[in-house]
Amino acid sequence: MNAIEVQDLYKSYNGTRAVNGISFEVGYGELFGFLGPNGAGKTTTISILCTLLKPTAGRATIADLDITRESDKIREHIGLVFQETTLDVELTTFENLLFHAYLYGMSREDAARRIDELLSMIGLQNKRNELVKHLSGGMKRRLELIRGLLHRPRVLFLDEPTIGLDPQTRANVWSFIKEMKRVEGTTIFVTTHYIEEASDFDRIAIIDHGRIVAVGNPQRLLSEMGQATVTFGTADSATAQTLLRHGMHDLGNGAYQIKTEDPDLFLKQVMNLQGLRVNDFKVNKPVLEELYISLTGSEIRDEYVDRPASKRRHTR
Amino acid sequence: MRKIILPIYVITVRDLKKFFRQRSRLIGMIARPLTWLFLIGTGLNQVIRGGLGVSYIQFILPGILGMTILFSAMFSSISIVWDREFGFMKEILVTPVSRFSIAFGKIVSGMLVSTIQGIIIMAAAPFIGIRFTIFEALLLIVFIMVVSMCIAAIGVFIASMIKSFESFNIIMNFIVMPMFFLSGAMYPISVLPAFMRYLMYLNPLSYGIDSFKHVMFVEFAHFHSDFSLFADVVLMIVFTLGSTLLAAVAFNRQQKE
Ligand SMILES: Nc1ncnc2c1ncn2[C@@H]1O[C@H](COP(=O)(O)OP(=O)(O)OP(=O)(O)O)[C@@H](O)[C@H]1O
Ligand SMILES: [Mg+2]
Repeated sequence: MNAIEVQDLYKSYNGTRAVNGISFEVGYGELFGFLGPNGAGKTTTISILCTLLKPTAGRATIADLDITRESDKIREHIGLVFQETTLDVELTTFENLLFHAYLYGMSREDAARRIDELLSMIGLQNKRNELVKHLSGGMKRRLELIRGLLHRPRVLFLDEPTIGLDPQTRANVWSFIKEMKRVEGTTIFVTTHYIEEASDFDRIAIIDHGRIVAVGNPQRLLSEMGQATVTFGTADSATAQTLLRHGMHDLGNGAYQIKTEDPDLFLKQVMNLQGLRVNDFKVNKPVLEELYISLTGSEIRDEYVDRPASKRRHTR
Repeated sequence: MRKIILPIYVITVRDLKKFFRQRSRLIGMIARPLTWLFLIGTGLNQVIRGGLGVSYIQFILPGILGMTILFSAMFSSISIVWDREFGFMKEILVTPVSRFSIAFGKIVSGMLVSTIQGIIIMAAAPFIGIRFTIFEALLLIVFIMVVSMCIAAIGVFIASMIKSFESFNIIMNFIVMPMFFLSGAMYPISVLPAFMRYLMYLNPLSYGIDSFKHVMFVEFAHFHSDFSLFADVVLMIVFTLGSTLLAAVAFNRQQKE
């Protein structure tokens, strides 16, 4: 009884395996992230699940409907926002949405009500009768997002919904997606390149070269990945002694470090000690990006720009 | 029923809106045949003494009408290939709409867009001395619709057989242009050598243009037409039904690869 179930799915394009035996499931109402570098097979997987492509082998169900045998029924229950825009730029915002609603058999009244409601949620009500070619890239993306939700799908597939958006619009898009998940209980399957966006998803899968290399709750994956480090800087020899006694290692130059599962607990213990004279300290928790890079390799692929792993720095 | 009608309605309304909003395309689509008519018609009018009651510019009007239909209906259908990669077609294929109604919707919209242009060209007739009664005009519009539908269906069939837009030039050179020249548009079929004549018999546009001649040159039709009106009508219907069926099947099959 899962929204999505995938078993040993394969897809080859003339010999190259774009999807190379993946299995996972997504529960109803879950926000599920599919992360992976360019060419990992994310779009191919979405196309198969949305019945646009036939798998070479394997089985998958959406809402307990089989993707090959019951594709017609599945299409009534899913929404898809493509990686590339598929709006009709010669038509207005409203026309784009209305035609979509008609294709799902919605009545004009129901469609119009729903369109206005969604447009105002996403802040586009003043663009209702504008030709889509006059909208900005971010507006178009938001428009596609609500088009995907218009017919109240049970499962919504989003292929890179925030690509090319500015940070503020990205944040807006995510809060809208989470709001829809909360209000309508929509199951959401989303691919993204922005790894940090996935840290509060319910579950994620990391895919590389057509294989899933990790799947689970992002926070749990992180804690399984390993330990945080706490580093102190001090010029005081008494303080140094105390830190060493608490298990820290001397890194030289007055720096002391410990690796720990629970940096918060360690800090509480040390900060309660009397007479510490610390100049500087730093806590390094692993972030999703590091996990991701460690699993998919850190080589730069296509448009990937290698960024230094973000660090949390506290100073008192 | 709603499930079959609505997508046809959506596709048609969308294509018509786009058609009327793209002014430059609209103007081009109408200007080209009119330019052909007046430049070629007037020029050759001096060289080719029409005789038998019809001048050359009058003689080619049915052919120019056929050309207009051929280009506009074919273009409308081939846009599927474009839309499949960049837009609307991609979107519509995720919806629960049946593949047959998508294919049929595309045929209907191509038929309407092409009929509108055909009627505009038909309106040029009185200016070059071809007159017809209201009844003949209505009959002509019906023929225009049938030919348009047939070409649109062939277009959908071709669009379902090709994978990418790169094949577009091949289609223009090896299908559209031969269809135009081997249709009796520019010269009567009877002047051609036998093997070309057989190609023309396979070309549905031949019967369409021939039916236009029957209506436009009522008194002189027996000199200028190549087939009987009855044969034209029957064959056009057969071709239209056949190509519509073929288009629907090919479209449906392509989506299943
Ligand atoms: N139509 C196709 N024909 C041949 N190969 C294809 C086709 N579509 C995708 N591929 C190949 O399949 C692999 C997976 O592609 P896919 O589009 O699923 O990747 P992706 O994870 O979505 O990448 P991106 O992040 O760049 O969107 C790639 O190696 C790609 O080259
Ligand atoms: Mg992709």
